[in-house]
Amino acid sequence: MINGWELVIGIEIHAQVKSNSKLFSSSSTDFGSGPNSQVSLVDAAMPGMLPVINKFCVEQAVRSGIGLNAKINNKSIFDRKNYFYQDLPQGYQISQFKDPIVGNGFIDIVLDDQTKRIGIERLHLEQDAGKSLHDQDPNLTFVDLNRSGIALMEIVSKPDMSSADEAVEYVKKVRSILRYLDTCDGNMEQGSLRADVNVSVNKPGNELGTRCEIKNLNSFKYIHSAIIYEAKRQIKLIESGESINQETRLYNIDTGETHSMRSKEDAHDYRYFPDPDLLPLEIENKWIEEIKSTIPELPDQKKNRFIKDYNLNEYDAGVIVSDKATSDYYEKVVKNRSPKLVTTWVTSELFSVLNKKNLSIDESPVAYDKLGELIDNIESGKVSNRLAKDIFEEMCEMGKSPGEIIAEKGLSQISDEGELEKLVNDVLIANPKNVEKYKNGKDKLFGFFVGEAMKLSKGKANPKLLNELLKSKLNT
Amino acid sequence: MKAGLNLIEASVLLENNETSSVELTKIYLDNINKGKELNCYNTVSFEEALKEAESSDKRRREKKSKSRFDGIPIGIKDLFCTKNIKTTASSKILSNFVPTYESTASQNCLNAGLISLGKLNCDEFAMGSTNKTSYFGSVINPWKSKNSDAHLVPGGSSGGSAAAVAADLCIASLGTDTGGSIRQPASFTGTVGLKPTYGRVSRWGIVAFASSLDQAGPITKTVEDAAALFEIISGYDSKDSTSSIKQKENFYDNLNSSVKGMKIGVPKEFKSDDLPTSTQKAWDDCKKLLQENGAELIDISLPHTMDALPTYYIIAPAEASSNLARYDGVKYGIRENGKNLIEMYEETRSIGFGDEVKRRILIGTYVLSSGYYDAYYIKAQKVRSLIKSDFNEAFKRVDAILTPSTPSTAFEIENEPKDPVQTYLNDIFTVPVNLAGIPAISVPFANDENNLPIGLQLITNSFEEQKLLNIAKNVQDTINYTPNLDKWWIK
Repeated sequence: MINGWELVIGIEIHAQVKSNSKLFSSSSTDFGSGPNSQVSLVDAAMPGMLPVINKFCVEQAVRSGIGLNAKINNKSIFDRKNYFYQDLPQGYQISQFKDPIVGNGFIDIVLDDQTKRIGIERLHLEQDAGKSLHDQDPNLTFVDLNRSGIALMEIVSKPDMSSADEAVEYVKKVRSILRYLDTCDGNMEQGSLRADVNVSVNKPGNELGTRCEIKNLNSFKYIHSAIIYEAKRQIKLIESGESINQETRLYNIDTGETHSMRSKEDAHDYRYFPDPDLLPLEIENKWIEEIKSTIPELPDQKKNRFIKDYNLNEYDAGVIVSDKATSDYYEKVVKNRSPKLVTTWVTSELFSVLNKKNLSIDESPVAYDKLGELIDNIESGKVSNRLAKDIFEEMCEMGKSPGEIIAEKGLSQISDEGELEKLVNDVLIANPKNVEKYKNGKDKLFGFFVGEAMKLSKGKANPKLLNELLKSKLNT
Repeated sequence: MKAGLNLIEASVLLENNETSSVELTKIYLDNINKGKELNCYNTVSFEEALKEAESSDKRRREKKSKSRFDGIPIGIKDLFCTKNIKTTASSKILSNFVPTYESTASQNCLNAGLISLGKLNCDEFAMGSTNKTSYFGSVINPWKSKNSDAHLVPGGSSGGSAAAVAADLCIASLGTDTGGSIRQPASFTGTVGLKPTYGRVSRWGIVAFASSLDQAGPITKTVEDAAALFEIISGYDSKDSTSSIKQKENFYDNLNSSVKGMKIGVPKEFKSDDLPTSTQKAWDDCKKLLQENGAELIDISLPHTMDALPTYYIIAPAEASSNLARYDGVKYGIRENGKNLIEMYEETRSIGFGDEVKRRILIGTYVLSSGYYDAYYIKAQKVRSLIKSDFNEAFKRVDAILTPSTPSTAFEIENEPKDPVQTYLNDIFTVPVNLAGIPAISVPFANDENNLPIGLQLITNSFEEQKLLNIAKNVQDTINYTPNLDKWWIK
């Protein structure tokens, strides 16, 4: 709700299928290769070339459909979506219009501990276009066809979301599921996953407003701010007595505003019709079952298991399982260790370093076994929590193991009774007045002695042993 | 050596060392030179053909021939992409296009050792039934009317393929047939033209006109040749998703000419008072002949025959409008620069395409447009399935169907009707076959009163080409039609 207006949001996600070759040709799909280095005769739409479906891409779409709790259609049809553009070599995109490969499904999102079910309308397979480069020459546009023909899954939600936060959660969840399934790498910066967001506003109880579509949003931040901006824009227009034009809009990442790209009247007539070069895609239930049997544990199941097995709270579990690599990391560290300690270290210390350095968990400067070793040292009392943080910082910078750092810097706790006794004696001798005050009943001074002893030990004294020793000395 | 060899005769001469591939190739290259006026070829591969012929002779000497037809020169319709040899689809827009790849069908010919003499003229993008829509000008039918010196159309779109075989500018040729483009020109030139079952011959590497209808096939002098060349070019191709997985068959070796006990259907809807007397007579004579040879004639009905042409002229242009979108000046072919992208498209396509192609792109774009799609395209698809089921019903009762190939014999180039729909009527007997995806053959049967060849069409059910060829051979062997063609172009 914004100022008494309800938001209605539906999202189309374009997710690049993780596959070594394209949807209808055998060219490679590697990102970042030289321009036009991954273009087959089919991708360049040479005369007489014909598309042949890549079975693996179909399998990936089926797998994704299963992960989205959706109906897999036994028969689907590839259509041609006709339009002219320089980076569309065929003059049409092969897509699925009336009969997509995947039908109705749903996913659950959690926001403020509330679970909400978002409906999935469909998932279909289509080809990506090439890339137009307008900045290489003042008068010419260059075209790179490496992307041309790469398989995309378009995942269309029902208009079930009612806030920008929900929209972001939805995209995050879909992305997470696809990454668990290994059907899309989810890399939004490289454009492997992007979203078109439909937004409309209405007063509660009134009928739905006219929607606008904001195209090509490739970060959670942009999705969020584009929706907020667009909703406010629509509210302002309606409140000032104007009406909303159904149109396609673009989000300007510099200004945070959306602006009109084309209105409904200018929309292309794509002249969809079944591609006569391709037979209907028929999928047997047997194959669907086979694929089903290979589906890994998905985020929701894993979350429930983590809550049960590791006693995690809903929130921490949600954060850890949202990314498969993070959950894998967590599980490796938590093995035979205290879940509470591991959770704290992963979600606060490790995450803050990764965020600061903008790294993924796979790029973590601290490998899971090193973090485990550090936690072992805490658990055994060899290092204090405070020291451990210093050691962790060093681990992040230098990539060394905690053992190395402890040995190098002599950071190991002093647990030797003789050594500790000497420390305590030194402190007591140096502060006779305070000893007297303590003995006369000023209990609060205990902390003072602990602090002095710690200072003297450069923080290495085993706090537990130190406490015990101090207490026994002072109380005799 | 006797002129006008066919494939089988040539293979025997080669086998008996009575000629060489080089000798044969030289003769046909020489014929091509002498027959320039016929305008059959868009591109002649003089040097490449001779080089290949030398290799073939060497193979034969070393007993390493690729097939019994190794070394025989053929012609290829300029719609098949041929590696390093210009492939234009007889269109200005592709007039400079040299593929880096070889179509499966033509590659199959090369794999059998056949020698390509060059690329045969055709209607632009195979759209036409007169060969007049070619950017490189009309092909001239080697036949002339007894009482006139006027040039006649060879039919189309595979007009160059048919005329070249008739005029001995190649021994056999490859054509394509979307609505009659092999059978109609075969009929107009006294040659044999086979349109196989959809999916028998790979479409990979053939410039697409209407993907759900296009099918490549041979144009030859005899039914035996048609069987042999069809056998060579057919077979499953994983690069074409609509290719049939059916095993390649030995059509030539399995040829026989018995029609005893066969049921031949005669569709009443094909009867017309407008049919020329001589065509009607040829049809009647053939019925009689088959009956005499032991076949049984059965009257059948194909109730949706009259709906075939309008159906075809919705589906074919719809597919073509999309298939031809790739010719946009961006990647290959000609480009006319404009101030912006849209202008470049408009200039390139305005200049690059001829009128008939533009007409069909416009029709196709229209019938696929939102608001018209259901009324035209969807309806046409429904009628198409009715036409298919007409044939299915018929083939429950008969082995084959006999009709004329065309409603007339070859007409004068200058006399083409102004109304394109009149020209479209040329395909009235052939189009239903493409819509149904079934095979058919046109066999020369007789000449009309003007000494112009009349072709008859035989149709069978899907994948029954062997039966089709056998019946055609029976007709051929019984009538022993010999084209009585005056080579007027050799001065």
